[in-house]
Amino acid sequence: MTDPNSFERHRYDVIVVGAGGAGLRAAIAAHDAGAKVAIICKSLLGKAHTVMAEGGIAAAMGNVWSEDNWKVHFRDTMRGGKMLNHWRMAQLHAQESANRVHELEEWGALFDRTAEGLISQRDFGGHRYARLAHVGDRTGLELIRTLQQRAVALGIDVFMECTVTKLFRDDEQRISGAFAYWRESGRFIVFDAPAVVLATGGIGKSYKVTSNSWEYTGDGHALALDSGASLVNMEFVQFHPTGMVWPPSVKGILVTESVRGDGGVLRNSEGRRFMFDYIPEYFKAETADTEEEADRWYDDKSNNRRPPELLPRDEVARAINAEVKAGRGSPHGGVFLDIASRRSTEYIERRLPSMHHQFKELADVDITAEAMEVGPTCHYVMGGVAVDADTAESVVPGLYAAGEVAGGMHGSNRLGGNSLSDLLVFGRRAGEHAAHGATEREQRAPVSDDDIRAAAEAALAPFEQDGGENPYTLQHELQDVMHSLVGIIRQASEMEKALEEIARLKERAAKLTVEGHRQYNPGWHLALDIRNMLRVSECIALAALERTESRGGHTRDDFPTTDDSWATVNLHCIADGDSVAIRHEQLPAMPDELRELFQET
Amino acid sequence: MTYDLNLRVWRGDASGGELTDYVVPVEEGEVVLDALHRLQATQTGDLAVRWNCKAGKCGSCSAEINGKPRLTCMTRLSIFEPGETVTVTPLRTFPVIRDLVTDVSYNYEKAKKVPTFSPEPRQADGTYRMQQEDVQRGQEFRKCIECFLCQSVCHVIRDHEENKEAFSGPRLFLRYAELQMHPLETNDHRDAAREESGVGMCNITKCCTEVCPEGIKITDNAIIPVKEHVVDRSYDPVVWLGRKIFRRSSDD
Repeated sequence: MTDPNSFERHRYDVIVVGAGGAGLRAAIAAHDAGAKVAIICKSLLGKAHTVMAEGGIAAAMGNVWSEDNWKVHFRDTMRGGKMLNHWRMAQLHAQESANRVHELEEWGALFDRTAEGLISQRDFGGHRYARLAHVGDRTGLELIRTLQQRAVALGIDVFMECTVTKLFRDDEQRISGAFAYWRESGRFIVFDAPAVVLATGGIGKSYKVTSNSWEYTGDGHALALDSGASLVNMEFVQFHPTGMVWPPSVKGILVTESVRGDGGVLRNSEGRRFMFDYIPEYFKAETADTEEEADRWYDDKSNNRRPPELLPRDEVARAINAEVKAGRGSPHGGVFLDIASRRSTEYIERRLPSMHHQFKELADVDITAEAMEVGPTCHYVMGGVAVDADTAESVVPGLYAAGEVAGGMHGSNRLGGNSLSDLLVFGRRAGEHAAHGATEREQRAPVSDDDIRAAAEAALAPFEQDGGENPYTLQHELQDVMHSLVGIIRQASEMEKALEEIARLKERAAKLTVEGHRQYNPGWHLALDIRNMLRVSECIALAALERTESRGGHTRDDFPTTDDSWATVNLHCIADGDSVAIRHEQLPAMPDELRELFQET
Repeated sequence: MTYDLNLRVWRGDASGGELTDYVVPVEEGEVVLDALHRLQATQTGDLAVRWNCKAGKCGSCSAEINGKPRLTCMTRLSIFEPGETVTVTPLRTFPVIRDLVTDVSYNYEKAKKVPTFSPEPRQADGTYRMQQEDVQRGQEFRKCIECFLCQSVCHVIRDHEENKEAFSGPRLFLRYAELQMHPLETNDHRDAAREESGVGMCNITKCCTEVCPEGIKITDNAIIPVKEHVVDRSYDPVVWLGRKIFRRSSDD
C-alpha cells in the first residue's frame, strides 16, 4: 500500500497549491512565463473561498474620484494595518492593482459601470475614495470565474479534489516536489517539481464562528512551516464586524461591508448610531463626528469626513463587541445593521442582490424593509508565510506563497477590498518568479523513495491508529478553544490555557480513528486537516501571547494600548520539531520618500 | 427548538447502494446541509458530501431532496411538514462516486470546448468603455454558481447517457450566450455553438430555469437567443414553431 513505485507520478516546473484567486492568477502567470504548470486544489475548480468575496477589488483607478492614485491607496493600506505592513508589499500592491483589474476585463470580466462607461468603484472602510471595482455584491465569483475560464483556455492542468499533505526538499533543502491524495479514490500522487506556489488561503476553520469554508484549515501555513519557512504576524486574525448571527445555522456567514459602503449604518438596541462613540484618536482627523457630516460624505468627499461606520474592520468589530457586552445588543447577540431606512428598495436590490437573497432565504429577513442583526465573525488571517516582497519567495528556495497564506502585506489589519487585489498582484508575481526560478534550475533530483514512503505512511496513519478519537469532535473542541480563549479580545491567562488545551488536543490527534475506507472519506480528510489546524492554532496563540500590546486585529485586555516599542517588531513562528518557536525580527524600514506621504493628515 | 428529523440518505458507490434511514436531532432555522453535517459528525464519519461556502454562493452541495434538484445549504428544514421524512439522493444525471458525491467531470470537459473570449483592443487610455445596460445581459449569466442543477434536471441528458457526447447542457449554453452578448467580443461563435454545444437538441421545456438557485432565466434569456443566433429559423423546428405560435411579428 505504501510502495512508491505504485503511485501516480507527474513532473512539472511549477505546482500551484490552491485554485482561488491567487492560485489561478499564479498559474496563469507561470504558464505565460513558459513553465509547465499544474494546479492542485482540494475542491472542484471554481469553488474556492474567493467565490465568497462580495464587496470588490481595491484599485486606485480614479474612475469615480480622480483625486485617487496609488500613493493614497498605499497610505490608506498602511494606516489600516497600523503601519506594521511590509512597506514594499503595500507599495507594489497599490501600484499594480489597477492593471490587474484591467487585465480581468480583457479576459471577459463584466464589472459594473460608471455613467461614462468606466469600471464603477464603491466606498469601503478605511479607503479615502470610492475605490472598489465590483459586480453587485458578487465580485469574488466574477473574479474566480474569469480566472478559471482563462486557465482552462490556456490548457493548464488541474488536479481537482486533490489534497497536498507534504512538500519535499532535496539535499540542499530546496523544494523538489509534493505529495498528495485524490479525495475521490484516496490514491496517492507524487509530483516532482522545483517550484511550489502556496495559494491555500486561510485558517478560519479553527474558529467556531467564521465566514470561512471547510477548506480553510491552514494547510499552506503548516506545509510552509514544516518545510523550514517562517510565518509572520500570526497574532493578527481579522474578525469581520458583520457576520449573520441568526438563525444559529448561519451564524458567521458574511454580510458584506458594501452594506455600509453603500449607506448602511450600525445601531444598538437603543437605536443609537454607536460608532460615533468609538472613534479612536488615530483616525479622529479623518472621521465625521456628526451624523449630518457623515451622511453628506457619500456625495461630497472634499468637504466632509468619512462616517465612523467605515472605520477599518478591527475598530468596528471591537465596537460591536463592546456594545453587546454592555447589554445594548440585538435580541440574538449582535447589533442592527440598517440600510432599509436609508436607501430605496430599488437601490438595495441592485447594489446588494446576494445580501437580499441570503437574508430572505436563510433568515426570513427582508433587508429592504428591516434591519439585519450582525456580529463579528472570524474572516481572515493577516499572518502567513514570510516572503520576499518582489518575488513572493520564502526563505526556502523554490517555495513561494501568495494571497491569504502569505504574510506581511496587510500588517496588523487588512482593509476590505485589499484581499482580491492582493491575490491578483502577488499571485501574478509568485507565478512569474516561480516559473523563472524553476526553468533556471537544471539539476533536479527526483524525490526519494524513502521520503515518499514516509509521506504515505503519515497519510494513512488515521486508519492504523486505534485510539477511538473522533476527528469531528476534536475539530469542534479546537474551535471552542480558539473562539473563547484566542478570540477577538485576549488576555495572557486565557492564551496560556489555550496553549495547554492545544497541547492536549495534539496528543489526542495522534489517537484519531477513522471509519470506512479511502474512497471519498471526509472523516479521513478531516483527520489529516486537523494536524494543520492544530499547528496553525499554536502559532496564533503563541504569537498573540508574546505581543504585549493591542494593535489592529490583536486586542489584549491586559495590554489595551498600542505600544511604540512594538511598532517595528515582527513576530516570526518557526517549526521546532512538533512545536513552534517565536523569533523577533525588525520590520523593514520604509524609504524616506514614502515616509513623507504620512506627514500630511 | 430541537426536534428529531427523519433523514433518509442514499449510501453507496458506483457498484450500487441503498436508501438508509437515520434520526438526526436538528434545530430551528437549520438547513438540510446542517442535518447532513450533524449526521456525519455523530453517526457516519465517512458520509461523502460536497460543500464549501454554505451560503448559496459556490454551488458545491447540490443533491436531490425528495426528488428535486436543490442546494442542500439553501433548503431550510422548515419547508417540510413536521414528521415528514426528508430523502436526500445524489444528482441523477451524473455517475455516483460515493454517497451524495457524483462525478461532475462532464461539465468541466464541456467547458473546455467553449471558445476563448477574444476582445477588441483597449482604448488609447488603457480602458474599455461599456454601458451598464450593455453589460447587464452578460452579468445575468455570470451569476451562475455552477451547481449543475440545471444539468441534472435537463431531460436531454438526465436519462439519456447517449446524448452527453453531443450536448453540453444549459450551464454551457449560458457561456455561449455570454460570448454572443459580450460587448467586447470580436469573434462569431455560431459554428461552435451549433456544432460543439448541441443547442439544437434543447426543446425549451424550461426545467433548467425552474431549478436555477440564482434565478437566471436560462431558457428565455440565453438558450432561445443562442438558438435564434445559430440556426436558420427553418432549420430548427422548435424555434420555427415557437415563432409561429408565440412571437409572430411583423417580419414573419
